[in-house]
Amino acid sequence: MAEKSYSVRRIPGFGAVAVFTFAMLYLPIVILVLFSFNAGPSQSVWEGFSLHWYEAAFQNRQVRDVSIRSLWLAATAASIATVLATLAALGTTRGGRFPGQTIIYALINQPLMVPEIVTGIALLIFVAAIKVQTGYTGMGYLVMAHTAFCIPFAYLPIRARLETLDAALESAAADLYASPVQAFVHITLPLLVPGIVAGFMLGFVISLDTVVITEFVKSAGQDTLPTYMLGQLRRTVTPEMNAIATLFLALSLLIVTAFFLVTRTRGR
Amino acid sequence: MRGPLIRGNGWKWLLCAPALTVLLLAASGPLLIVLVYSFLSPGNMGGVVWEFSTEGWFRVFFRRDIFEPDLVTLNHAHLTVFWRSIWLSFQTTLICALLGFPTAWFIATRPPNTRTVWLFLITIPFWTNLLIRTFAIQEVIRNNGTINTVLLRLGVIDSPIQMMFTDFAVLLGMAYVFLPLMVLPLYAAMDKMDFRLVEAGYDLYASRLMVLWHVILPQVKPGFIAGSILVFIPAIGAYVTPRVLGGGRTMMLGNLIALQFGQGRNWPLGAALAMLMLIVVVGALIVYLRALGRMEGERRG
Repeated sequence: MAEKSYSVRRIPGFGAVAVFTFAMLYLPIVILVLFSFNAGPSQSVWEGFSLHWYEAAFQNRQVRDVSIRSLWLAATAASIATVLATLAALGTTRGGRFPGQTIIYALINQPLMVPEIVTGIALLIFVAAIKVQTGYTGMGYLVMAHTAFCIPFAYLPIRARLETLDAALESAAADLYASPVQAFVHITLPLLVPGIVAGFMLGFVISLDTVVITEFVKSAGQDTLPTYMLGQLRRTVTPEMNAIATLFLALSLLIVTAFFLVTRTRGR
Repeated sequence: MRGPLIRGNGWKWLLCAPALTVLLLAASGPLLIVLVYSFLSPGNMGGVVWEFSTEGWFRVFFRRDIFEPDLVTLNHAHLTVFWRSIWLSFQTTLICALLGFPTAWFIATRPPNTRTVWLFLITIPFWTNLLIRTFAIQEVIRNNGTINTVLLRLGVIDSPIQMMFTDFAVLLGMAYVFLPLMVLPLYAAMDKMDFRLVEAGYDLYASRLMVLWHVILPQVKPGFIAGSILVFIPAIGAYVTPRVLGGGRTMMLGNLIALQFGQGRNWPLGAALAMLMLIVVVGALIVYLRALGRMEGERRG
């Protein structure tokens, strides 16, 4: 039986294609990381191991500035988005369906469906108009744009977590004369924490990843790491760019792994 | 739940209000402004003049002669970009499906404990920066990149193959970047698949191809459709990949839109082009939802 079910699941050639796919997905990244440690200035001819390019990246003032701005923006936007998404998730999952729910879903998911370039130029037009009126050119626009973009991503895991929570727990709290706020603080919120953490991490990664929207919304001197990289890619790049990309990649990988670990405990 | 702060459904709206405000201000609202701008006249240095005009939409498809404004011809430059966008997106979807199906199958047929690892390996690229992945592809295919260096060293070629700034580069980049979006829904469909039907097919002396065609494919069809939509939509909207890997002559719709807000400076035309992109995307979504509805109907019927 075991042998048979094995053969049933096997389709000749599929394994080879799968191996090819995984190789195709990972080889370019492996090469990118490898040459960040290259001693020479080439990205394809190996000249020995060195941390020279990491040193160069750390000493590059501009890289430091844009990295700090990216992290700050991601932390700010993801935090706001997580709070707003938690409230919205509570509003849409508790107490049954209600008129207008479809509109709320559509609005929340809208940033996922509209191409980034369309959102980008829409924000460019909008921000240009506000700038003329108010003269404000601060980071507020970027925070706003990134927050809106992070909301659907933060909303997903939080809603998923809320839906798996036993509503009877909240009813029990209410039966024991807990006010809705008390029930939320003592019962729902502690159980919701994994969802909220996952939502924040997803929002953080998405904000770090966003390049098109930032490119069109940013004012002069508001480059983030992705828009800085986008600007540099057209020129001749040195392994310094590989070093920056590798660090960036490591950060994303760390967060995604943490995200998986957090969401995997859902069933327990 | 019981005894909410506000009777009725008002409290739900209240909880959603902050999120909706941000979304209306920074996502949905600006889209309406784009629609309005597409019907205005262009300003001299970018921006718009508040005069109603359909010229923006007209210029999406047609062009006027500089000296004789009444002489109207099709705008071939724009049509070429539209065609390239659709054709490249279609090919990207096809490549992702051809590579994604066997890969998803491979993952779905692993033992449960290693399956998570393979799935994680597919998900990682999905969450890592799109720009970095595009950069990685650039490293591989540039004239002094990995492929050319290896081939030159081996003596297979005498001079580097020009891969950057071609349609091929854009296609490769998009397939690379969007592949996980195809594998994940396909895997989800296969995970739910009833393998007893496959067994039954073999028991009834069906060949592998027949089982694949008549038993497996119909069951994973929803995954295929979802995956195709998930790949096609971002491909149509692509901006970064064609900008980095393609050149001025391999522009896609996204780059054409951006151009109108940069050097081209015709905001109403750019707004109209953006609306056109949105129409294509929404159209694709509607086709998807209808296909989904039809399949639901078949299952019930």
